[in-house]
Amino acid sequence: MATTPAAEPKTNRIGLTVMEYKGGKTTLCAGCGHNAISERIIEAMYEMGVEPELVIKPSGIGCSSKTPAYFLNRSHSFNAVHGRMPSVATGAMLANRRLVCIGVSGDGDTASIGIGQFIHLMRRNLPIIYIIEDNGVYGLTKGQFSATADLGSKLKSGVLNDLPPIDTCALAVQLGATFVGRSFSGDKRQLGAMLKAAIAHKGTVMLDVVSPCVTFNDHEGSTKSYKYVKEHEEILQDVSFVPSFEDISVEYDPGSTVEVTMHDGSRLHLRKLEEDYDPTDKVRAITRLTEAHDKGEVLTGVFYVNTKAPNFLDMLNMVDQPLATLPESLTRPGREVLEAAMEELR
Amino acid sequence: MATTDVVPQEAGGQLGRKRIVNDMSIQVATVNGSGSQSSNTVLLRSIFQMGVPVSGKNMFPSNIAGLPTWYTIRANKNGYIGRKKEIDFLVAMNPETAQEDTMSLDPGASVLYDEPLALHKLRNDLVFYSVPYDKLVAAVCPEAKLRKLVKNMVYVGVVAQLLEIDMGEVEKAIRKQFAKKLKAANLNMAAAQAGFDYAKANLVKRGAFYIERMNKTAGKIIIDGNSAAALGCMFAGCTVVTWYPITPSSSLVETMIEYMKEHRIGPDGKATFAIVQAEDELAAIGMVIGAGWAGARSMTATAGPGISLMSEFAGLAYYVEVPGVIWDIQRVGPSTGLPTRTSQGDILSTAVLSHGDTKHIMLMPCSVAECFSMAPEAFNLAEQFQTLVFVMSDLDLGMNNWMSDPFEYPTAPINRGKVLRKEDLDKLGGFARYKDVDGDGIGYRTLPGTLHPAAAYFARGSGHNEKAQYSERADDFEKNMERLNRKFETARSFVPRPEIMKGRDAKIGIIGYGTSHWGITESRDQLRDEYGIETDYLRLRAYPFTREVHEFIEQHERVYVVEQNRDAQMLSLIKLDVKPELITRLHSIAHITGLPLDARSITDELTTMEGK
Repeated sequence: MATTPAAEPKTNRIGLTVMEYKGGKTTLCAGCGHNAISERIIEAMYEMGVEPELVIKPSGIGCSSKTPAYFLNRSHSFNAVHGRMPSVATGAMLANRRLVCIGVSGDGDTASIGIGQFIHLMRRNLPIIYIIEDNGVYGLTKGQFSATADLGSKLKSGVLNDLPPIDTCALAVQLGATFVGRSFSGDKRQLGAMLKAAIAHKGTVMLDVVSPCVTFNDHEGSTKSYKYVKEHEEILQDVSFVPSFEDISVEYDPGSTVEVTMHDGSRLHLRKLEEDYDPTDKVRAITRLTEAHDKGEVLTGVFYVNTKAPNFLDMLNMVDQPLATLPESLTRPGREVLEAAMEELR
Repeated sequence: MATTDVVPQEAGGQLGRKRIVNDMSIQVATVNGSGSQSSNTVLLRSIFQMGVPVSGKNMFPSNIAGLPTWYTIRANKNGYIGRKKEIDFLVAMNPETAQEDTMSLDPGASVLYDEPLALHKLRNDLVFYSVPYDKLVAAVCPEAKLRKLVKNMVYVGVVAQLLEIDMGEVEKAIRKQFAKKLKAANLNMAAAQAGFDYAKANLVKRGAFYIERMNKTAGKIIIDGNSAAALGCMFAGCTVVTWYPITPSSSLVETMIEYMKEHRIGPDGKATFAIVQAEDELAAIGMVIGAGWAGARSMTATAGPGISLMSEFAGLAYYVEVPGVIWDIQRVGPSTGLPTRTSQGDILSTAVLSHGDTKHIMLMPCSVAECFSMAPEAFNLAEQFQTLVFVMSDLDLGMNNWMSDPFEYPTAPINRGKVLRKEDLDKLGGFARYKDVDGDGIGYRTLPGTLHPAAAYFARGSGHNEKAQYSERADDFEKNMERLNRKFETARSFVPRPEIMKGRDAKIGIIGYGTSHWGITESRDQLRDEYGIETDYLRLRAYPFTREVHEFIEQHERVYVVEQNRDAQMLSLIKLDVKPELITRLHSIAHITGLPLDARSITDELTTMEGK
């Protein structure tokens, strides 16, 4: 029918179209915040020109952990057991340090059953982008509270939550994660910028993305509903990101921004809404998060960045080539080594 | 001044005439943490260097310091190196257990004790030697704080003199033990010499036991099973090790770290491996699986409680089809059980570890040589079959010193299994991860990072079809489960075959595995020599069972399955596998004491069941 040839589709710096970063069709509820996060991941990977074949997408169990099926079809996925994605991701990164790891978890998968592995992942500073798709509720089992549900928030059934929430961001900052932020699934601009900076970061990135559950937790009384977050979100700073391969834009007034140079030379701009916020100050980050809780606010932004800390893979002093594909000549010592060992045991 | 206790005339006179050469067990009873390990090793090595087959078994408590511990050295001219129940020569260094240890001896045994213990008053049918250790140590060791450590080396000298072990060999063993510490070597040598000299001047030999030179250890090595496994894994090309400390497996990884640091550093000075201490066994197995999925040769080492924790992940690995090697150094369960005692108690639970229909390949080494040789076999099987392989060692094998022929360099090349690379995908265009292309139940896999647009697949523990897509369809599920079964059946022809030893026209068969082997081989000789019972013996080396196991049962009227657990776990597995009419031929000899299975216990039980 069409007689005019279609315009060449737009490609990124490695010559791929955005279509080549897409995943399968989502099976989550219409309007689920998780789907918006998948879209942002697709855009960020495309815009950053990441080779999809080098990406791995481990996840745990739950609605959140299904989402790797909905982005980056050309990347390997691993749906682990509940709460134990961090160990699988760690193992995979040990095997092949060239991989780019984007791990998807949920609030139940992270803050309850997976809290042990989460804690140890944070302290290792493994290069991984760890995303919590946080809706404060167990969706797949039809709506029980998770450990990130706020005190006093109400289930659809009317049950009140009487335990305080775990703040995964405060925890991550304290434990040693080197890039910690919180965003909202509906905030396209902020989340997009954070994800791009996350890709440039070589260490543990922990992003808690508040993502309302339209079926079980988007009602009056829920503190993770669209309405509540829109009314109570306090944005710490305006986040913007310039990849290393793009020209410096001068849209920011130097006096009002903090600039963080990422591992690959990219720059993360944090435009100060708050006068003296310093994203390298751990204590300040935790204080601000605690204060926000007390006020019933959802504080979003990049709370903490440390580009100097050594990451786990570097600490292990491994050869540059992935361990996975080392040839036998490098992994099996020669006969003389065995003979010498035997001689010592005689 | 005579310190040798005079034993009653009758017993002493009789004992003095008897001469038992190169056939004895020496038990050293000490306090945990007193530094007796070096002395025991020196004594063991001295006998070994005399050419006499020897083994050493440490029976220790779950404790850092203060509780009683026993070390048993068995020297045997016939090469029996399994545990012997009877103690012939007791070195009583622990006041707390000295009386009970002495009372439990058979008549005619010798007791060497610290003078103040006055054990000679307890019995009159033993040979007693007493030594004033503190006095001797004070003379050779001016530094008071070192005396406690050196004291143990004194008994080595005394024992050497009493058993006629060459002091030249003792010195050689001490120099080897303290190879990098000349001062310590000299001090210990002086202590041993003081013991020897004291015994020579003051003790009158009355016991029957002697060590004489022979030539049965030439060229042999002494090593524990965990160190042998560590070496084996290094030569197996293992690249990722993740672990959580647990007795009795910790020394496997700790030794491996030392070997790897020495021999697995690449040309650029960087490691060709990663070893990570995980936060628990859940994480250790998760990392093994993540690494195996991404293409590394990955492993962990653990014990029963760790195996229990790994259960859920083991099922995931089975179903997602990820390779990995898990060493289970079995100890006594259930629960924390006896963490420093040996058993074969994880066999049944490991074979089917996890929920749903799950089956795992298990290898069962009986010797340090097999701890070494089964390591590369385990990794090859794991990658060939894209599944976990469990190597079922135990505390007796893993933590004790065993004599062995030197290990042979692995002959089989490293086999990475069915992995499609970019070039393969260029030709094929794509692949279906779980499709049985070759009819052996084993699909082709790709590794993350393979630079081909069709390389990726979705590894998931939920239902999936041939293309690794999510599926809850009944036919997809059934087909996949049947293929997994086919894969397991294929494994029967690839796992290590059993070792079969024949008697003369034997109607009785014995099936054993792992360290039960040593008691069984000795028991077979007892059965033949003492009862005229001929037996054939099949030593299992792997699960799933190969066809030889079925044939062996068919060939014998009665088959005794010997193992170290309460519930006859291997027997139960065999029952699941054989024709129903053969089940009545199977009988159990199952022992669970926490101590290595000895020959006499097997002989007694088997002869009773045979009505002898």
